[in-house]
Amino acid sequence: MPKKIENVGCPYCGVCCDDLVVTVSDDGKQILEVENACAIGNQIFHHATGSERVKLPRLRQPDGTYKDISYDEAVDYAAKVLYNAKKPLIYGFGSTNCEGMAAAAKVAETAGAVLDNCASICHGSSFLAIFDNGYPSCTLGETKNRADVIVYWGANPAHAHPRHMSRYSIFPRGFFTGKGHKSRKIVVIDPRHTDTAQVADIHLQVKQGHDYELFDAFRAVVRGHEIPEEVAGIKRERILEVVEIMKKARFGTIFYGMGLCHSDGRNHNVDIAISLTRDLNDYTKWTIMAMRGHYNITGPGAVWSWQYGFPYCLDLTKKDIAHMNPGETSSVDLAMRDEVDAFINIGTDAGAHFPIEAVKHLRKHPWITIDPNICMASEISDLHIPVGIVGVEVPGIVYRMDNVPIQYRKVIDPPEGVISDEELFERIHKRLSELEAEEAAKGPAKAAPEGVRAEE
Amino acid sequence: MKTVTLTLTNPSELFIEGQNITPDNFAGRKAAEIAALDVWEGKQKSPLGKYFTVEGDGGATAEETKIVLRGDCTRVKRIGQQMTAGEIVIEGNADMYIGGWMKGGKIHVKGNVDSFCGIGMEGGELIVDGNAAHHLGSSPRGEWRGMQGGVIRVAGNAGNDTATFINGGTIVIGGDADIHISTHGEGGTVIVKGNAKGRVGGQMVKGDIYVYGTIENPLPGFSMVDEVEQEVDGETARFAHYIGDLGERHPTSKGKTVYANLYTKL
Repeated sequence: MPKKIENVGCPYCGVCCDDLVVTVSDDGKQILEVENACAIGNQIFHHATGSERVKLPRLRQPDGTYKDISYDEAVDYAAKVLYNAKKPLIYGFGSTNCEGMAAAAKVAETAGAVLDNCASICHGSSFLAIFDNGYPSCTLGETKNRADVIVYWGANPAHAHPRHMSRYSIFPRGFFTGKGHKSRKIVVIDPRHTDTAQVADIHLQVKQGHDYELFDAFRAVVRGHEIPEEVAGIKRERILEVVEIMKKARFGTIFYGMGLCHSDGRNHNVDIAISLTRDLNDYTKWTIMAMRGHYNITGPGAVWSWQYGFPYCLDLTKKDIAHMNPGETSSVDLAMRDEVDAFINIGTDAGAHFPIEAVKHLRKHPWITIDPNICMASEISDLHIPVGIVGVEVPGIVYRMDNVPIQYRKVIDPPEGVISDEELFERIHKRLSELEAEEAAKGPAKAAPEGVRAEE
Repeated sequence: MKTVTLTLTNPSELFIEGQNITPDNFAGRKAAEIAALDVWEGKQKSPLGKYFTVEGDGGATAEETKIVLRGDCTRVKRIGQQMTAGEIVIEGNADMYIGGWMKGGKIHVKGNVDSFCGIGMEGGELIVDGNAAHHLGSSPRGEWRGMQGGVIRVAGNAGNDTATFINGGTIVIGGDADIHISTHGEGGTVIVKGNAKGRVGGQMVKGDIYVYGTIENPLPGFSMVDEVEQEVDGETARFAHYIGDLGERHPTSKGKTVYANLYTKL
């Protein structure tokens, strides 16, 4: 009898849907059906058993081909790369659990590496804005149960977070929002007429790259000042209309995405959005939330902030001092400036996401990819280490986009012999510590405490 | 004043972090002792002498010590970081954090510098003959008390995020500036003698900005109030006077609201 597993968390986007129902075959080896998930989430589960999986680490040979090696050999190789590099970079973590992130941080600290996560090319600019200006946020539950005005600014959840609108923002009927969609006003601010803009009551087609000016106009209006006839391609009347809607809301949430984080100004766009949210709280309750991409990309921010005080771009090369300064210690900048001499890509695909120049620079040095699947990074690596898929084959804690931790579980076992990210990093850490001990043993012995050499 | 000359003879593979290259650290040290000071290349700590040849001894105090850097220092970071007195001359380019958290003394870079130069500056003088990259005289990440004092002069262009959270001091840019000048500023003066790209004075509470050229995308939160004649950096000129950022909070002083001032040359 196939087994139905209920309330399964989805390892795709930052919405972290935890209402999936997964049907698994008798022998617990095949995933037969996934209910409630979006098309992409669905695919992640089916991909686990419906495709050819890599079951052993693969090491690049002099002739350019891959050869299967054992996990012990792979761990030894990775530890030696980290040990010998002057400034290794460990990057990724969008798609793994917090346990894996904590273990990787242990490795980075011992290796004197730079530790960075996908926020570096995604919502990292949000972190910078939050450092500067605070984060008047809420949970998705509060938005669902209270919000009557929703603003999507530079975000397109219809494609990037397929169930965000139906679970939390536009359509659900919450405790104080019993009429669901009918009682909510939706404002979408985006240079493109996206599918999200399609369901909006108001779409402001801001001139691309001029969100900051538009926010500034919003703020000036909230404070009762005059603004020019047109700002960032939007007429004054439209701005006044939207500000009025925002001021009259009972509870509002601004959801923002890459449109702010990755257009000109980056962190400042988010920074001024936070300032606007704060201004609106003089009139009513407004909150703001980053549309975090992967299901656990909020995780490394939480885990490493707890461990080191910084969420990303951690330079641990001095070992006892954690230094963070995106622009210097961020992965793409390090790569473009040729500042690192070894690279570990884990739970993401730097091969696909980084600028080609950055990839070329990184490729001059050893490149290790840790990923369950074949991806662009795995195909250009020196070593590819397969691991179990978190949320499908490996359980663990993940953080939703609103910083709510959720315990994910597994529905099937990983392919035989394949280990988890956490176990892999623990083993690399053990090997690295052995290498350090061997090196320490080669050096001159430290002076013995006084009294031991009394006869001298 | 005694001069210590460092010549980069053995360039590093990665970047060198030279926070020890300050008159404060060189003062009272002989050439050999200076060569034994630590510099970092990634996780490797090495003596300065591994990369540089050191000639001359330091003065008795930082005030009496001058450091001259020769050779290509494009890949050397943090020269003159936290220095309090004395002088540094960099004959060519230098990398990031030059004069960061500087309290006094003078740094003269004859080439270009990269980002984060003069961040968190409290006093002294930083002169760059070439261009500066981003975050010139800005505040360190998450720090809401930016540049407090001192002077930064860049003859060429500056990148984005100049003088973020500036609280005091003066920055003079001879050429053009990219987006974001004095964002969140609460004091100080920034003078751009060329053009500014946009977002000049965004979220600014107090302080002054002068732009001699054009502002490609002016902010809606700035409003023109009058025309004034002012002496700026030794020359007198007429400026259009704007106040702002009207979207931001502003303190009151003697019953009047204090705004940030933006002057554009007429």
